[in-house]
Amino acid sequence: MDALTIHRLHFAFTVTFHYIFPQLTMGLALLLVVLKTMALRTGNEHYDRAARFWARIFAINFAMGVVTGIPMEFQFGTNWARFSKSAGGVIGQTLAMEGVFSFFLESSFLGLFLFGEKKLGPKGHWLAGFLVFLGSWLSGFFIVATDAWMQHPVGYTLGPHGEILLSSFWALLLNPWLLWQYLHNMIGAVVTGAFAMAAVGAFYLLVKRAEPYGRTFVRVGVIAGAAATVLMLFPTGDGQGKNIAFHQPPTLAAMEGLFESEAGAPLALIGQPDVDKRQLDNPLVIPRALSFLTYQRWHADVRGLNAFPPDRWPDNIPLLYFSYHIMVGLGTIFIAVMALAALELWRGRLFAQRKLLWLLMLSAPFPYIGNTAGWITAEAGRQPWLIYGLMRTPEGVSPHVSAGNALFTLIGFMGMYAVLAILFLLLVYREIDHGPEAA
Amino acid sequence: METIWFMLVAVMIATYVVLDGFDLGAGIVHLLVARTDRERRQVLRSIGPVWDGNEVWLIAGGGTLYFAFPALYASSFSGFYLPLMMVLWLLILRGISIEFRNHIDSLVWKPFWDVVFGGASALLAIFFGAALGNVVRGVPLDPANEFFLPLWANFGTGREVGILDWYTMLVAVAAFATLTVHGALWVALKTDGELEQRARKVALTGWWSLLPLTAAITWCSFAIQPRLSASYGARPWGCVFPLLAVAGLIGMRAMRRRTVAPFLCSALYIVGMLTSAAFGLYPYVLPSNLDPALGLTVHNAAAAPYGLKVGLAWFIPGMVLATGYFVYTYRSFAGKVSLEEEGH
Repeated sequence: MDALTIHRLHFAFTVTFHYIFPQLTMGLALLLVVLKTMALRTGNEHYDRAARFWARIFAINFAMGVVTGIPMEFQFGTNWARFSKSAGGVIGQTLAMEGVFSFFLESSFLGLFLFGEKKLGPKGHWLAGFLVFLGSWLSGFFIVATDAWMQHPVGYTLGPHGEILLSSFWALLLNPWLLWQYLHNMIGAVVTGAFAMAAVGAFYLLVKRAEPYGRTFVRVGVIAGAAATVLMLFPTGDGQGKNIAFHQPPTLAAMEGLFESEAGAPLALIGQPDVDKRQLDNPLVIPRALSFLTYQRWHADVRGLNAFPPDRWPDNIPLLYFSYHIMVGLGTIFIAVMALAALELWRGRLFAQRKLLWLLMLSAPFPYIGNTAGWITAEAGRQPWLIYGLMRTPEGVSPHVSAGNALFTLIGFMGMYAVLAILFLLLVYREIDHGPEAA
Repeated sequence: METIWFMLVAVMIATYVVLDGFDLGAGIVHLLVARTDRERRQVLRSIGPVWDGNEVWLIAGGGTLYFAFPALYASSFSGFYLPLMMVLWLLILRGISIEFRNHIDSLVWKPFWDVVFGGASALLAIFFGAALGNVVRGVPLDPANEFFLPLWANFGTGREVGILDWYTMLVAVAAFATLTVHGALWVALKTDGELEQRARKVALTGWWSLLPLTAAITWCSFAIQPRLSASYGARPWGCVFPLLAVAGLIGMRAMRRRTVAPFLCSALYIVGMLTSAAFGLYPYVLPSNLDPALGLTVHNAAAAPYGLKVGLAWFIPGMVLATGYFVYTYRSFAGKVSLEEEGH
């Protein structure tokens, strides 16, 4: 393997593992605020205990997110030095703002939220939880702002030596790409949090333990999940799709497996792209649906990959195609599962429907897959650019870090993260096993 | 403008070292001073609500360095690739050992994490010291301001250097001693009874090692990095920074019977030593050990003026807020640790 491939795998592996944790904590932070609000409004200790249980799960995930997050910031410098040198003056702004505005807030008030419930009193504790939520969602904003700039660079000028100079701070923060990507991402986190909460609740109901808590968790999880899964599709998924259609048309063509431009382009539901023969094998399509979804006209022209020179094509079209289709397929299934559960909840029959509870419990891992597939779609879709249209991926790598050194640390991270994953599962399992009634 | 950001980044890094320094120091000393499970929990509880916030100073300081001096960030992080990756692994181990230790009550689980916590903290102190030594000594920057250092070469400070040589190892030992004392003073401040007494004893013993180490690194630094004498010669008022360090060092001993004062003196000593180094190197941020003309300075490493200017507009209010949270958090957890109100 050449050095570039290893550096790319290094970032891809560490960021994929990292994002397992923030997607739960960002979603759960919102649901914790919901539980604390219910506690405050009803004065019922039940909701405080429920919140304390989820705070313990949150704390484990948060610690994992922190320790795996620091390597992300460092890797911009260690593995992508040329990129950092040219673009650091721009994306360093958003990364530094994340540290200054969100991490200080989040870490200070999480300490108070976890350790200071008695000292703070009910209202103070609610506020600490709210500020943890605010901090984590701000953190998401600054990270997505950083990525949005790499997807769609704005507010810069080029210096005499090709360095990228920030010219408008507000353009960076009000990047038209940013709004939909941010909302799509954060609601994706709510989907993960809602499915996790509903799944743990369903588990308690199925094993007939801590059933009052099980019912609360299922109710909150299903209501939040039903809303979030729909918002994932519309308007946020639709908005993000249009971002790509207008600003990264070769990416849209590759995601959809559309090799030839077409008026009235079909939407491929399944099929395998064969890049050499430039065709989609075994396709199952909805005629003209892609044209309609993109341009709201059934006969609109959609540009296929043949409309672009191959050196602007994403460099891993099958990965992009499959991750996109997995994301959309799962998203559709999530809407169905949550809609069904919400209907049964409304009719007051959900808690007795063991098959549906089984379905909710076993669904828990899939939002993680969906969110991960979404990010692979975004980042594989950005290729072959590191900064879209501005810097190609090979130009950004650290020139003096050899393939051997990079492989050494990649293997190190793989070993370390394998251990972390085992510990994480063990500790989360134990918390669920102890249940919300303990402590 | 570059100079303002140089000072701000220096303040961020110094704050990180003072704050996370006592977490690391507590990690180093806890196997030594805390003998029972209850005492170990007291030590962990003294840093439990704050260590994560303290580590944020590293993240925020790194982010600030990134946008204010992108060329320095790129060059130093890729050049110090291997030790930085090891620092990341150690930070991971340190973090999870604090968070995971108390989850399972077992005679195998807890001692394991205690040793991981102690070992990772000790190694981090050593790595940070070696990093400081490397920055003061300088690195073999090429005309593109890039370099790559092996972990060691021949342990000399000549043309062919590695991360570890006799000088950087000396600074590493000094950093280890400094943070050990700093952490011991924190533990003494936050605990009571025998635990407090043992921590005070470690701090006093450690203090005696700081005297020769401080003298040695000062002398060696001036011998290795000619820039230092040039800076202090040109701007003698800068001697206020080393004087701060000396004041801190004396204060630690003179006020050793008080509770909070020795810890604050230790913080003063750390700030004094770091600012002395920063002042001495200025305007260099990463000197070359081969040719002074190739060194990175605040001017050739800085981002464009527009970015630095708007940066100030959000950085100052942002840090005022962050300082507010810190004061509030530390006040909420002020006083000796009690194990009565356990967290989750």
